[in-house]
Amino acid sequence: MQEKIFTDQNFKEEVESVKGVVLVDFWAPWCGPCKMQGPIIESLAKEVENATVGKLNVDENAETAGKFGVMSIPTLILFKDGKPVESMVGLHQKDDLKAKIDEIAK
Amino acid sequence: MEKEKTKHKLIIIGSGPAGYTAAIYAGRASLAPVLFTGQEPGGQLATTTDVENYPGFPSGIQGPELMQQFREQASRFGTEVVDASVDRVDFSKKPFEIYSSNKQYQTDAVIVSTGASAMWLDLESEQRLRGRGVSACATCDGFFFKDKDVVVIGGGDVAMEDAIFLTKFAKSVQVVHRRDELRASQIMQDRAKANSKISFVWNTEVKDVLGEQDVTGIRVINNKTNEESEIACQGLFVLIGHKPNTDIFKGQLALDKKGYLVLKEKTATSVAGVFGAGDVHDHAYRQAITAAGFGCMAAIDAERWLESGE
Repeated sequence: MQEKIFTDQNFKEEVESVKGVVLVDFWAPWCGPCKMQGPIIESLAKEVENATVGKLNVDENAETAGKFGVMSIPTLILFKDGKPVESMVGLHQKDDLKAKIDEIAK
Repeated sequence: MEKEKTKHKLIIIGSGPAGYTAAIYAGRASLAPVLFTGQEPGGQLATTTDVENYPGFPSGIQGPELMQQFREQASRFGTEVVDASVDRVDFSKKPFEIYSSNKQYQTDAVIVSTGASAMWLDLESEQRLRGRGVSACATCDGFFFKDKDVVVIGGGDVAMEDAIFLTKFAKSVQVVHRRDELRASQIMQDRAKANSKISFVWNTEVKDVLGEQDVTGIRVINNKTNEESEIACQGLFVLIGHKPNTDIFKGQLALDKKGYLVLKEKTATSVAGVFGAGDVHDHAYRQAITAAGFGCMAAIDAERWLESGE
């Protein structure tokens, strides 16, 4: 699957009402590690079939970032059936994320 | 389960200036190196904003952008860049064995350029509040502290640069330092001291980070008077220096007391065929340009060693 672009407008529909696992990468263009995380998320999205993977730009979507208490980026939050179940701060490699998704998707 | 196994001439561990420069040279020497990017792709520069002292960029360049260019240049000459960390190495075997994500890589030579990572204070409260006001990256997280009071811990160049950066957002920036003078270069000290939003708290160490859900302040102790007090703040930026990333080499390569990789002759480590480059060895200069220079040296040394067929 292609990575999704989440926004304040579509977050309820695309994440919070979704059955199954969704990984959201909270990022911003001015954050160095986010630039390193970006391509990893993009390729992860194409490889996994048991989760939806996408990004939310905190600069443009402050409401959602605030709602989930994001104060450090990149933050990666895993949602299951619309609820946040795991929050990871800082850069994460693809294999680690795949393992987390597999664990939660079980 | 039989593990996937591949064989290579040269493996480079680390993706900072040292690792990528080694890859550019080794790639041009037709060694087809494999480079592991590790936990922090791009290394320390990936979290740096303006790089003003790297030659060739008279108006400066952004750290992540510079590292992206390093990566592209390495890839251009045939380096296979693997976005994963090395979990374990075995340098007692020939060829050497390297394990990453359940795969085994065999290689005739290795360049260790794993660099150094930011240190934490090692307080339980600090780790609990990471991402809830505690940060080690001002450029990433400064945005979340608009009109808030923040504290910077540290006295080096990075601490000064980040303190100055944080004044773009924060109401006030207090630099808490355990000594009564800074280690930062004069130009960074002058810039920080000239900034009206920045103040300094000297001879002071952090005992605890306060706050249940989010940071509300820190408890500190003056190491001259032993007097304890609290500083209210919503953000805490821990910028107290770096430690070498050598945990996976313990017992296999000679390390010094602080864990830095020891080089014997030129870039050779204690194991023939394993070379070292950059901040993993160098605690004296710690610059992008010196790391790059070391990477070049290690690649040339590795190439010669491979040619000699030892």
